[in-house]
Amino acid sequence: MSGIQQNDDAGGQGWVADTSALEHVHESGTLDVTHGVILYLEDVTVSFDGFKALNKLTLSIDVGELRCIIGPNGAGKTTLMDVITGKTRADSGTAFFGQTIDLQALSEYQIAHAGIGRKFQKPTVFHNHSVFENLELALKADKGLWRSLFARLSAGQQARIDEILALINLSDHAKTLAGLLSHGQKQWLEIGMLLIQEPKLLLLDEPVAGMTDHEIERTAELFKTLAGKHSLIVVEHDMNFISTIARKVTVLHEGSVLAEGNMEQIKNHPRVIEVYLG
Amino acid sequence: MTQYFSNLYGARGWVALGLFGLLFVIVIPALNLFLPESSVLRVPDYALSLIGKIMCYAIVAMAMDLIWGYAGILSLGHGLFFALGGYACGMYLMRMIGTEGEYGSTLPDFMVFLDWKELPWYWQGTDMFLYAMLLVVLVPGLLAFIFGYFAFRSRIKGVYFSIITQALTFAFMLLFFRNETGFGGNNGFTDFKRILGYSLTDPATRAGLFIATAIFLMAALLMCRFIVVSKLGRVLTAIRDAESRLMFCGYNPLHYKLFAWTFSAVLCGIAGALYVPQVGIINPSEMSPANSIEIAIWAAVGGRGTLVGPLLGAGLVNGAKSWFTAAFPEYWLFFLGFIFIIVTLFLPQGVIGLLKRFKKT
Amino acid sequence: MNFFYFSLLRAFLLCLLFTGGVWSHAVHAITPEILKTLSTGDNSERIAAIDALVSTADVDALPILQALLDGTLHVVPGGEKVVILDKDGAHDALTKQVIDPIPAGLEKITINNRVRRILDSALAALKLSFPDPRIRFAAAEQLQDQASEDFQPLIEAALKKEQDSDVRAALSLAKAGIHLKNTDAALRLEAVRVLARSSRESTKAALLALIEKDTSGNYPEPDPAVRAEIKRSLAEIDSRLSTAEYIGRVFSGISLGSVLLLAALGLAITYGLMGVINMAHGELLMIGAYTTYMVQVLFKSYWPEIFDAYLLVALPAAFIVSALVGIAMERSVIRYLYGRPLETLLATWGISLILIQTVRTIFGAQNVEVVNPAWMSGGFALVSNLVLPYNRIAIIVFSMIVLVLIWVLLNRTRLGLFVRAVTQNRTMADCAGVPTRKVDMWAFGLGSGVAGLGGCALSQIGNVGPDLGQSYIVDSFMVVVLGGVGQIAGTVFAALGLGVINKFLEPYAGAVLAKIFILVFIIIVIQKRPQGLFALKGRTVEN
Repeated sequence: MSGIQQNDDAGGQGWVADTSALEHVHESGTLDVTHGVILYLEDVTVSFDGFKALNKLTLSIDVGELRCIIGPNGAGKTTLMDVITGKTRADSGTAFFGQTIDLQALSEYQIAHAGIGRKFQKPTVFHNHSVFENLELALKADKGLWRSLFARLSAGQQARIDEILALINLSDHAKTLAGLLSHGQKQWLEIGMLLIQEPKLLLLDEPVAGMTDHEIERTAELFKTLAGKHSLIVVEHDMNFISTIARKVTVLHEGSVLAEGNMEQIKNHPRVIEVYLG
Repeated sequence: MTQYFSNLYGARGWVALGLFGLLFVIVIPALNLFLPESSVLRVPDYALSLIGKIMCYAIVAMAMDLIWGYAGILSLGHGLFFALGGYACGMYLMRMIGTEGEYGSTLPDFMVFLDWKELPWYWQGTDMFLYAMLLVVLVPGLLAFIFGYFAFRSRIKGVYFSIITQALTFAFMLLFFRNETGFGGNNGFTDFKRILGYSLTDPATRAGLFIATAIFLMAALLMCRFIVVSKLGRVLTAIRDAESRLMFCGYNPLHYKLFAWTFSAVLCGIAGALYVPQVGIINPSEMSPANSIEIAIWAAVGGRGTLVGPLLGAGLVNGAKSWFTAAFPEYWLFFLGFIFIIVTLFLPQGVIGLLKRFKKT
Repeated sequence: MNFFYFSLLRAFLLCLLFTGGVWSHAVHAITPEILKTLSTGDNSERIAAIDALVSTADVDALPILQALLDGTLHVVPGGEKVVILDKDGAHDALTKQVIDPIPAGLEKITINNRVRRILDSALAALKLSFPDPRIRFAAAEQLQDQASEDFQPLIEAALKKEQDSDVRAALSLAKAGIHLKNTDAALRLEAVRVLARSSRESTKAALLALIEKDTSGNYPEPDPAVRAEIKRSLAEIDSRLSTAEYIGRVFSGISLGSVLLLAALGLAITYGLMGVINMAHGELLMIGAYTTYMVQVLFKSYWPEIFDAYLLVALPAAFIVSALVGIAMERSVIRYLYGRPLETLLATWGISLILIQTVRTIFGAQNVEVVNPAWMSGGFALVSNLVLPYNRIAIIVFSMIVLVLIWVLLNRTRLGLFVRAVTQNRTMADCAGVPTRKVDMWAFGLGSGVAGLGGCALSQIGNVGPDLGQSYIVDSFMVVVLGGVGQIAGTVFAALGLGVINKFLEPYAGAVLAKIFILVFIIIVIQKRPQGLFALKGRTVEN
């Protein structure tokens, strides 16, 4: 599982270890997590023509935390992800990545650059590119226009892609078009693309949908290793999977937080039982 | 450096390109220039100008492929960039008529006709070849850049974008139809006499333009190929297939789309500039929406996302067009209409796709 | 000489007016003898014949005198018959029967300026004594422009008799116009006051000329009091003129908007609701227009007596024909391309080319003429310089009716329910037992049929040719895009808004630049609101 560790020569701009005694790392000058919080949302409201998809939602994620978010359909889970990744702008409220990065002021690609990766509900990979090329596109590197025109893979980058290929079990399919993969393989490829981007915060929207039990097991294992070095937000319907990985669970209902706590607490929370589990 | 070459095409590709160059840069012009008219092998003048014209169209088709086939952006306004390049070149050619026009004035005839006393400001300097060529690149390029910047920034895409590009070329057509715009209104520019001091009726000049077109066609092909095999090319295709995924990978699609779009427009502009002296006329009907849609069908007939396919497509469709308009003019639109339908329904990969399928079986 | 004839005419006309009973019935009939004198006599005899015609006070005398003035009056060799020869062919001036073939050796009756002048006033005078107040009004209006002192007694006599207030007003304006040149300053002052009620550009110009210094530095109007009054009157005329102009622009804007709406409504269904980008939409308009043309030709040849009712048949015919063509398109091509908008765009463009060429092959490349039913020609005069054409009013009303019908169909019928269901969630609708394929077909047929109705309407106000559709396709897409895809209400606002804006820009920028401004405006609006002005916001929109 060394593949998910930060690799200094992988992306040119390496990660600089923080000189303080804190365990977390951050890209110099940008992400500041000195208070131990990587994501902080306060009173976020999003409405679509009167319908409030998010209603004064407040949520904070600690560095290295693995947070599961559950909730019935229409509770605002996907909208929450949209707000964090810049796809949707909040009508009011604040969203900060670390102490200093105001997510509301950035566009999607800038947020991705700052270190937030996202996996979609429907596995989204580049169908007409090979598995290798998919990873190459996602690889942490200069993603500017001119660099792309003259870019060539360095040996280090090549090795990094191979490493991820092995991790997601697709080494034999490096040259296969991504569109030809099975649903589960696409899920893995997308996770691989996320990892090779080296984000500090990963948003995973139903990551195990369509996976076999064996694959789910492997995924759970992977997520547990990731936590600690990365921060993860996992949205899932599969309660078994959640109970395997969850340390802290947030329940959304009608656009705001209904309950928060460990799995046991959630399971016994009377309101949660009423609106969701019951 | 050699690595870049081998990246572009394999050995067979380079040989094919070399043969194409030999044929179009040397053999065909030579067969036209040096053989007597009685000779069977002589390439007749009309064929030379027809092929020259089609090569210009082929460049446009390839530019269209770059933006549509690779980046998935269907432009219904590429005829506009072609025409703007043509007009920029036409301005130079009009100035080169000098006082040989019907009215014997230093002003172009249509200005004398409108009773204008001096050149409008945007005509200043167009008698300098290099400046005119700069306009050929800059005018379509800047227009595409500005339009593209606003359109892509607002995330206008798909059919929406297509319709707006159509409106754009339509608006420009209306604008150029006006006499007051200063580009000759309905009639546009014609009756050119010479380019760089050489008479346009001289067979050698015509062969020279033909050779220039062939060389630029090959250069454009290599440039486009360089783009599409680079990582930039893969990003373009990724934009086509899953733009939001690409954004969440940290790419700004705006820059990539804008680059491909502007580059494509500039190629069209240059093609237009090569087209005008060979055909001898440019008028606003080149900007009609119908013309621009036809460009899309050239690319589709040949096979999108292949670069070479659209070259082939432009040749096939325009070859058919000149045959039809000579033999059965009233059936041309029927034929063209059916091509549109058949290609979209049955040949999504175009002729190239068809050839590949044959190869496999 | 001139004076002599005028006096004669005047004396004659005066007695005509004072004898009474002239309003309601003709005193004399138009006889072949009068016509013969008119055609073969010398100029003096002709003038006598004109007088005789005027004395009939017969409506039928009008076209004959008009033809004489227009130079379309001809005589057959020998002078036995007088024929009016115009673009519609030849017909007998007396019996009004069509003469086909056109007789050989027709001779044009030429007149000199003297006769022409007499003729002018004779025409106006004849009209002043007509029973129809509208014709009297038009004559009085004409006299305002042709005011010369000779007419004064005539006008005063008519004023005494006239009952209709509109005609009276017009006559007093004509009288005031004549008084403007009188030597009596008091009369001029009074005239200027009366003229303040005018709303004619020509009156305005005449008044303006009076208060402008000539080259020697004198005012044409010597009296300062009158000049001051002229300024007051001018201000009054100006404000009235600009109000009329304003209303006129709003009207023509709404009229253009309703045309755009008719062109775009069908598209709002096929593109807006179904998401099918149909580039042949313009050709469906064209087919509707040609269907109207054919129905009209049928009526002309088989049922000319009920010609005015042809639209009653043409409307459903246009709807059905266009709908059938649309359904055929959907069944044969479009249904294989659902979910592939760019391919649909290209394929339907191909269809449009085929349709254009088909129509060209059948009907020729030239425009065909669609004649308005009689009730649609002419217009409603709101004020004297603002006439609202009936065909435009009809189109506005018609577009509103179509709009209401579509709204009812989409919101109050089962088909509408199905269409909306399929639009919102195809898979769900499918699961719920909605026959999605059939709904597609009917919805597309509906959109195409509405385009046919639009084409039928367009045929009443513009040229009908194979290229008709091409000129509307960009506009209609712009309307739908601006209004917001999937929003019928948005389409309505966008169409009317664009129409009015266009008409307000036109006087400043000219028609072409106005159109370009509009296109630029739309492009800018779409920058700000990529989903259109009235689109719903939401997470689903993008996906």
